[in-house]
Amino acid sequence: MSGAEKIRVRVSEITLINALVTRFRFERCDGADLPTFSGGAHTVVEMQDGGVTRLNPYSLMSDPYDQRSYTISVRRDDTGRGGSLFMHQQVKVGDEMTISYPVNLFSLDLRARKHLFLAGGIGITPFMAQIQQLERFGTQWELHYACRNKGLGSYADELTSRHPNQTHVYFDDQSQAINLPHLLEGQPLGTHVYVCGPKGMINWVRDTAQGLGWPQDNIHYEEFLAPQPGKPFEVKLAVSNKTIQVGEHESLLEAMEREGVDAPYLCRGGACGQCETAVIGYDGKFIHRDHWLEPQEHESGKKIMPCVSRFEGKTLVLDR
Amino acid sequence: MTIQFNDESFRDDYSFHNSERALKRFPFPFHEDSYMYSVNMEQHRGGPADSVYEMRFDVDEHYVSEMKDRAIVLDQDPLRCQSLPHMTLAGWDLLELIMVSKSEDYPDLFELHREGDQWRWINKPLGIDDSFTFLDETTLPYGPMEYITRQAQGDFAVLDQRDDMLWMDAGMVTTQADWSLDFDIGMNFFEWHAPVPKAHEMGIFVRALKFLLNIQQGAPARRLNWTMTVNPLLDTSPENYHKWGIQKTTLTPENIGRKQHLRVELQTFFRLPRSNALVFPIRCYLCAFEDLMTVPKWGRRLHRVIRDLPEELATYKGFIDNRPLMLDYLSQFDDGLPTSPGIWPDLQSEPPLQK
Ligand code: HEM
Ligand code: FES
Repeated sequence: MSGAEKIRVRVSEITLINALVTRFRFERCDGADLPTFSGGAHTVVEMQDGGVTRLNPYSLMSDPYDQRSYTISVRRDDTGRGGSLFMHQQVKVGDEMTISYPVNLFSLDLRARKHLFLAGGIGITPFMAQIQQLERFGTQWELHYACRNKGLGSYADELTSRHPNQTHVYFDDQSQAINLPHLLEGQPLGTHVYVCGPKGMINWVRDTAQGLGWPQDNIHYEEFLAPQPGKPFEVKLAVSNKTIQVGEHESLLEAMEREGVDAPYLCRGGACGQCETAVIGYDGKFIHRDHWLEPQEHESGKKIMPCVSRFEGKTLVLDR
Repeated sequence: MTIQFNDESFRDDYSFHNSERALKRFPFPFHEDSYMYSVNMEQHRGGPADSVYEMRFDVDEHYVSEMKDRAIVLDQDPLRCQSLPHMTLAGWDLLELIMVSKSEDYPDLFELHREGDQWRWINKPLGIDDSFTFLDETTLPYGPMEYITRQAQGDFAVLDQRDDMLWMDAGMVTTQADWSLDFDIGMNFFEWHAPVPKAHEMGIFVRALKFLLNIQQGAPARRLNWTMTVNPLLDTSPENYHKWGIQKTTLTPENIGRKQHLRVELQTFFRLPRSNALVFPIRCYLCAFEDLMTVPKWGRRLHRVIRDLPEELATYKGFIDNRPLMLDYLSQFDDGLPTSPGIWPDLQSEPPLQK
């Protein structure tokens, strides 16, 4: 079986946070406790959407030590492939769903003297759990949170009122922006920086920190890539002895699963490395979108990460 | 089945012994007639009834005596147990994992009562009944990792996971096959494996690390490793090499069956939920050659494995000098018949020794 262990849950609460974001609360169907987790962990939510099974990762944002329920926040993506729309439009309180055990690819470095969180938009969610974890032990932290406007600043009010000294919110529409060089220069030795948000923000933080001579190991980031739609293509799976079609709105990984091929995965967002697959032969070009492979590996034409990457061309043969 | 705990020693008079039952459940590590390093990992989700694979943390007849031996080692050398400051949370994770597992798997031996943060732990074999506040170190006599691993057989390496790497940042190591926590503390996966021959060139450690980094909560894994030990010593540490190293020269054709032990490590891997660290319990099982030879399949196979083992491995495992003596002894139990696949003794189906 691929992916992490599964848990059957019931949706116990759905809360509209703002025009784009809705929060879902899950409790176990069997009434038992949920596993504890570490701040930064995500769960993969299974959605039965018509004939299609969708598996989307979402950061857990509840208190990691609360074993009665988990919460996630889902931002509606009207142009995406439909997972978030399904959550917003189809899921009702009382529905039973399957989620995965927590998996953490964005863990706190517990050696840090101080944790500096930089969030953009819905990237706030993993920090919600991390903040609750740190508060329990009285560890130093600080949050800088950029949102489009007041209406879309999910949880900004809640965080500000609970942690007025640690929380700093910036609204784009008021031309407020994080003064990053200044912020980084003022940090005590032993600070670790965590960034979660759009790709541009992650690159900006990494480049700025690097320019200021920050050790690479002190900068942590998480960007879940949603698989992007693309032109349909055909793949030959050598081990399974199958030729399959990857549709416009599904990923290569999803197409393999649809055809009953047991392909490994964890994050489904190009970050964990679990789905790495060897390429046996190809004639065409790869559209690599993962964070896992090195640039040389991308160029080599020998590997592909089927959860997010695609292919355009005549033939592609995979070792799967 | 209830467990009768042995009163025995792993030093001085070496009164350690395996009962019939312990011999039958001994984790013989060779699934075929030859051995080479490999990424031999599988899920750790139980196994045949009363096998060492059945429970998350196996408790056997040696439990009480092993814990006494650990206390002696710690008394003489406190550095066998170390935990860097950021690993305390992982220590609590480990305490919780062991207490929950043992109280569920052996309810007649261990009890855990939880009322929010107020926990009561009862360990009947060791006569312990302690109440404490979970996540509050001041309410325990030792740090959480030391407290619980003084009550759990086997060594424990607790690895922090950072930057796609594992770091040996905490551990309780008193029953090791010639490596040192005090030396390895703070090292990464490739650094502490540096002395191992061949495996690096074979790409084993790169693949093993990838596997370990992806071990998830609720999905532990396991593998077996093995070496040889003269006399049933648990503590074969570099720190005490001057005491046990010379014992290797005391083997004779007359005493080898009794003195020479196959030492098997059941290694398991669990993701720790609150800290995202990984714990690596290394459980050591010892069995005298003469006891192993009562199982015809194991007699045939052990001879073939030791005979054909590459020199580098026999040297690294520290028995190259005694190999000829071992082979003289073991060859008496190899009649050349084929062996059945797998590690199990297969006493019913394998023929008795034909010579
Ligand atoms: C994180 C978990 C692990 C820890 C803490 C660990 C630790 C160690 C240590 C301390 C040694 C002794 C090195 C020396 O001579 O000083 C060793 C040996 C070795 N390790 Fe690991 N190890 C781990 C996982 C693995 C895994 C997953 C493999 C899989 C192939 C592996 C393969 C080996 C091998 C082949 C040896 C040589 C053993 C022998 O020949 O007796 N280790 N390990
Ligand atoms: S599943 Fe994680 S990288 Fe593809």
